[in-house]
Amino acid sequence: MSPNAFPVPDLVPLPVLLPLLGAALTLAFRRSPRLQRSVSIAVLAAVVAVAGVLVWQTDVNGPQVLWLGAWQEPLGISLVADRLSALMLLVSSIVTLLVLVFAIGQGQADSDDEIESETPLTIFHPTYLVLAAGVSNAFLAGDLFNLFVGFEILLFSSYVLITLGGSAARIHAGTTYVVVSLLSSALFLVGIAAVYAATGTVNLAQLAIRIGDLPSGVALVLQLSLLTAFAIKAAVFPLSAWLPDSYPTAPAPVTAVFAGLLTKVGVYAIIRTQTLLFPDSPLQGLLMWAALLTMVIGILGAVSQSGLKRILSFTLVSHIGYMIFGIALATPEGTAGAIFYVAHHITIQTALFLITGLVERLAGTTSLDRLGGLAVASPVLATLFFVSAMNLSGIPPLSGFLAKVGLLHAGIELGTPLAWLLVVGGIVTSLLTLYALTKVWSQAFWRTLADAPRSSETAAAPQEGALVGARETTHGSGPGTGPETTTASAVLADANPRTLPRTMLGATAAMTLVGVLITVVAGPLFAYTQRAASDLMSREPYVTSVLPVEVRR
Amino acid sequence: MTALAPTLIEPSLQPNITLVLVTVGLVATGTALALDRSLVRVLLGMVLIGNGIAVLYLVISGRAGRAPFVGEDPAAISDPLPQAMVLTAIVISLATIGFLLALSYRLWQISGTDDVPDDAEDARIQRLALEDQTSSTYDPSEESTTTSDELAADDGSPRAP
Repeated sequence: MSPNAFPVPDLVPLPVLLPLLGAALTLAFRRSPRLQRSVSIAVLAAVVAVAGVLVWQTDVNGPQVLWLGAWQEPLGISLVADRLSALMLLVSSIVTLLVLVFAIGQGQADSDDEIESETPLTIFHPTYLVLAAGVSNAFLAGDLFNLFVGFEILLFSSYVLITLGGSAARIHAGTTYVVVSLLSSALFLVGIAAVYAATGTVNLAQLAIRIGDLPSGVALVLQLSLLTAFAIKAAVFPLSAWLPDSYPTAPAPVTAVFAGLLTKVGVYAIIRTQTLLFPDSPLQGLLMWAALLTMVIGILGAVSQSGLKRILSFTLVSHIGYMIFGIALATPEGTAGAIFYVAHHITIQTALFLITGLVERLAGTTSLDRLGGLAVASPVLATLFFVSAMNLSGIPPLSGFLAKVGLLHAGIELGTPLAWLLVVGGIVTSLLTLYALTKVWSQAFWRTLADAPRSSETAAAPQEGALVGARETTHGSGPGTGPETTTASAVLADANPRTLPRTMLGATAAMTLVGVLITVVAGPLFAYTQRAASDLMSREPYVTSVLPVEVRR
Repeated sequence: MTALAPTLIEPSLQPNITLVLVTVGLVATGTALALDRSLVRVLLGMVLIGNGIAVLYLVISGRAGRAPFVGEDPAAISDPLPQAMVLTAIVISLATIGFLLALSYRLWQISGTDDVPDDAEDARIQRLALEDQTSSTYDPSEESTTTSDELAADDGSPRAP
């Protein structure tokens, strides 16, 4: 195909524009849930298609650039899709689409069961689409300020989604989340101001040229301020405490899409700035320590928890460490490994949170103390969990194993003592992940419900807890409320199984399947990430395709 | 306007000390407020930090000049780019503050106070560590303690009371 047969750069803004237009439409159609659903699905499916074309085109023809508003370059806003952005875009759009299907299934099932919907659809659809637009915008942004705007778009819709329904627990979690996000945005703004004052531009391609001329001290300040802002968003260790406190309370589909995408946008920003702006960074050591601590402390958090959602939130933090590890190595292999890991981790973490949503639906709780017998109650769900859990822990031959091997290999190749330490840390983290998830498997799925520490309450309580499928009723769920106030307990399928809605199960199965699919296409995908990484390392394809020769200074 | 960018990286850019001091004052006061327990004070702190950063953008836009309209002498106008950026940032922070106000009102509605609550999970792990006990998940004979937020998350209907 000749590059001029179709103006591919014109496709670049679509992943941002389509969801925004879709959000407007779904807002207008708020009285017709069916129309809302069709619009959302159509829009996100179109974004998947566009992202697919972009992946193919960037791989064949190099980065696709569109300068918005026809300003004279380099004044306007540029959207850039290179191999990295296109891949991120494709994975994230697939995830948003599948989670949307899950959420729709949940909404329908809730209205069938006459349970008040966990996802009030009228607000949910527009907000969710704006979130998708923000994620796409962050991936495509060609300048720091547009990246900031992308972050703000996705953060603002995430504020709404995380406090959906406005229950006490969600307001508490949302408060932490909003304040932390505000702070990181403030730091990001300060970083942008410093960058502009030092270089006179915020365009990433121009910065790539100009930052090299700055005194090393100034460049270090710029790098540190940007890294701090991104590290909060990506939940890198000293700045990760907000995540396990805020994610678990949101509705299942919301947690799933947050866990999959939002932290990865931060990781993407770190990859972008580290490779493009600060290629000779003096901070590799610092990043390696941060990676090590993120991995180990995160996973120790997961081991100490007894709630499934919290365990998964901590594994999420912990596995961010792997990606930072790859970035910190600053070799093509390390960066390629990090990119592959991002793609793998987005799908697998989302799948696990969707499974958690189904567990909660089936058993009424996600607390391991009160779960049991799920393998009997739903063999399909158990299979999905087992595959995803093994995938996350890195059991061969699944993609988690391949992603980790790629990173460890890159670490061994670098061969410094610190890199070796990280290799060891990575293996330990992988084993501890396996431990934490096996614990979930043996307790929630494998043992009988009678063996669960708090299942006795189930038998002894003939009141509302005995109703099959009764939802937990927590009286006064504020802080300091002990577990004693909970009257209902998990009741499982032995009497009258609460079936899982087919749409939700289907979406979860599809999500797990995408994770397995990454294993199948691991060879080509690794080759692709290696090409993406060598582009990033040489920086030249990005800069030359964004900037015309006369403004390349 | 392209001519503006190179002038900015010249060392002749003298920061306006008054504006720098205003920024420092606003951000410092804001930080002090944001460390408070009450959400309304945190919110006010965030407003002050946001305003301080807005002033910072005036510092980086260099010397003050005429309004940047087409047709003005490019040497006489002030740099329009930081103004465009800071306007965006102000709009975004306005919206976020509005949302945070709604959140603190809801928090007050629910709990009668606007204090940011203790982290129940953190307290639980600390208690277990103090008592030198393992988590109940490991020891079925132990009386169970479940995190309050997971219990709350079990609550299927997040509706207002």
